Amino acid sequence: MGVARYIKDEKDAIKETIYQSGISVKPVYGPEDLEAVGFDYQKDLGMPGGFPFTRSLHPQGYRSRAWTTRQYTGFGTPEETNQRFKWMISHGQTGLNVAFDLPTQMGLDSDDPRAEGEVGRVGMAVDSLRDFEIAFQDIPFDRIGSGLTINANATVLLAMYQVVAEKFGYAKDKISATPQNDILKEMIGRGAWIFPVEPAVRLVGDCIEYSVKELPRCNPVSVCGYHIRESGATPAQEIACAFEIAKTYIENVMARGIKPEAFVGRFSFNLNVFGNLWEQTAKFRAARKLWAKMLKEEYGVHDKKKLFLRGLFGGGGSGLTKDQPENNIIRGAYYALAAALGGAQTTALCSFDEAYTIPTSRAALLSLRTLEILMEEVGLRDTVDPLAGSYFVETLTKQMEEKILEEMKQIQKMGGMLRAVATGAIQREVTRQAYEFEKGIQNKEIIKVGVNKYIEGDHPEVERHEYNEAGAQKQIASLKLLRKKRDQQQVSLMLKKLEQTAKRKQNVMPVLVDCCKVYATVGEMTGVFRGVFGQWKEPGIF
Amino acid sequence: MVKKKIRILIAKPDLDGHDRGAKVVAIALRDAGMEVVYSGLHQSIDQIVKTALEESVDVIGLSIMTGAHLSICQRLLKQLKSEEMEDIQLIAGGVIPKDDIAKMKTMGVHGVFPGGTPFDEIVEFLQSLF
Repeated sequence: MGVARYIKDEKDAIKETIYQSGISVKPVYGPEDLEAVGFDYQKDLGMPGGFPFTRSLHPQGYRSRAWTTRQYTGFGTPEETNQRFKWMISHGQTGLNVAFDLPTQMGLDSDDPRAEGEVGRVGMAVDSLRDFEIAFQDIPFDRIGSGLTINANATVLLAMYQVVAEKFGYAKDKISATPQNDILKEMIGRGAWIFPVEPAVRLVGDCIEYSVKELPRCNPVSVCGYHIRESGATPAQEIACAFEIAKTYIENVMARGIKPEAFVGRFSFNLNVFGNLWEQTAKFRAARKLWAKMLKEEYGVHDKKKLFLRGLFGGGGSGLTKDQPENNIIRGAYYALAAALGGAQTTALCSFDEAYTIPTSRAALLSLRTLEILMEEVGLRDTVDPLAGSYFVETLTKQMEEKILEEMKQIQKMGGMLRAVATGAIQREVTRQAYEFEKGIQNKEIIKVGVNKYIEGDHPEVERHEYNEAGAQKQIASLKLLRKKRDQQQVSLMLKKLEQTAKRKQNVMPVLVDCCKVYATVGEMTGVFRGVFGQWKEPGIF
Repeated sequence: MVKKKIRILIAKPDLDGHDRGAKVVAIALRDAGMEVVYSGLHQSIDQIVKTALEESVDVIGLSIMTGAHLSICQRLLKQLKSEEMEDIQLIAGGVIPKDDIAKMKTMGVHGVFPGGTPFDEIVEFLQSLF
């Protein structure tokens, strides 16, 4: 029943409830439970906007500002994506969250043989600055921030974003971009990695170091517990992995002689809403508190605003089902509720048709409307952290905190995050959880409505967004034209400079900016890194 | 009669990195007593066929999430044919719409198992092949 284990008696009464993170839930909670977990009002809760921020980052929560909505968008050519961006903004969306196709994510140009069949399929195809000029045409960079779902070559796309913004007349200290830039989670789940661990993490650090100095409004990393949870991790493991990954990046940047106080305030997180409502809500509250405590106690960060766990709580893809797809609309609404009760600062929802393909415009709009209804109609802006003080929720938040710390210790036992990824220990654990979960669904220990209970038999499938092959051809043709028109000598010169910089292990960002300006392609720039850094070899986990 | 121990290569073709399904099925088949080889991510069709040959597997199982299942299966079948490895059975899983299942079977894919297919169904199907 739901994303938890429920042990029932012969009369269908629940005898025991165990959440995915391993917490047993009691039928009734009272003050004695708070006492048992050592709950301390000042230490554990405090006022919204005050340390440790369990309740909210801001004193007035959603009263002062509703969450930012940022549906994951991008497909086909930059022209098509630009239209969808504008359409979503015209319907009230307050930020962008850019989806790139797999060739772009893997640093291959659209005419690379390895890109065949994938150009513009799961996101927008980007080969050069020319494509960004089209995709971001008429987007108000000073008002609309952009999440860029790019990791292995986040440096390349962030540089391109800066160049396009400047070209459109926006100063670089005014623009807000959030490149995902979390390569370790790609190595644990999602899989869009290219380079070996060491240079890959150095590139993450390059992005952070450069942003701190040059792009003060950018959030140079979005640490993604999200995809690790999608890959099978429990909610406690999701946060534990995210924090251990974040610590790895912090240490990389500290090794460059920069104090945490100067950059951790720009860290952002991407966390998942899929799962049991209470467990998710408690997870967000516990995570906000733990992050602030960790930065203060372990890294000596004092400035209050730099202790904020900011980020996007959303998605929920692994909770959506192919069977009875309309049920996903309802699931999405409850997942969004968990995000709101958890105090999400930014949000986005997977659309109901995403178990099939990327969303149609109608499905994407429904997700946006779901988020708008919560803020505008249902009352989620009324008061800050409405669940605060609940015997159950506060006990659970304390217990989640303990579980997250336990899971962090497990990763430390694996030799720390870098080693856990390199040896495959963490991937093995996440896969084991995924297998157990799938078995749970198949033997009906975990209930999914329409999948293993209340089945309707043959069900209609959804209207599908179709892949546009002609668009891919158009993209390839315009890339070929670009290669003819640009100053080839300049491009070669810049790429040579990039190679030297990469070899010397210097920050690659300034040279990437120059490369983008002369229309070097994503494939060429990433190709230089491939030549210098080589490719990662996945550890065997079976 | 002692049943033959089935050897299967679970492979992730091309650029997609969503490997949860592939890995979970790999464990399930191993738990069902099969010998499972996992290709790892970002494998070209050539690499998959080469691994299948080197590991002398009986079956290749492709996991495809991007919507490119028709073209990927077509390319793999063509390569198997040109390498004279048509005795290898091909199955596929992932995000595969109902309408495409018949097309894939006509093409020569022996079994198609969209996400959510019970492990037992895949195991029984594979056992019925040998």
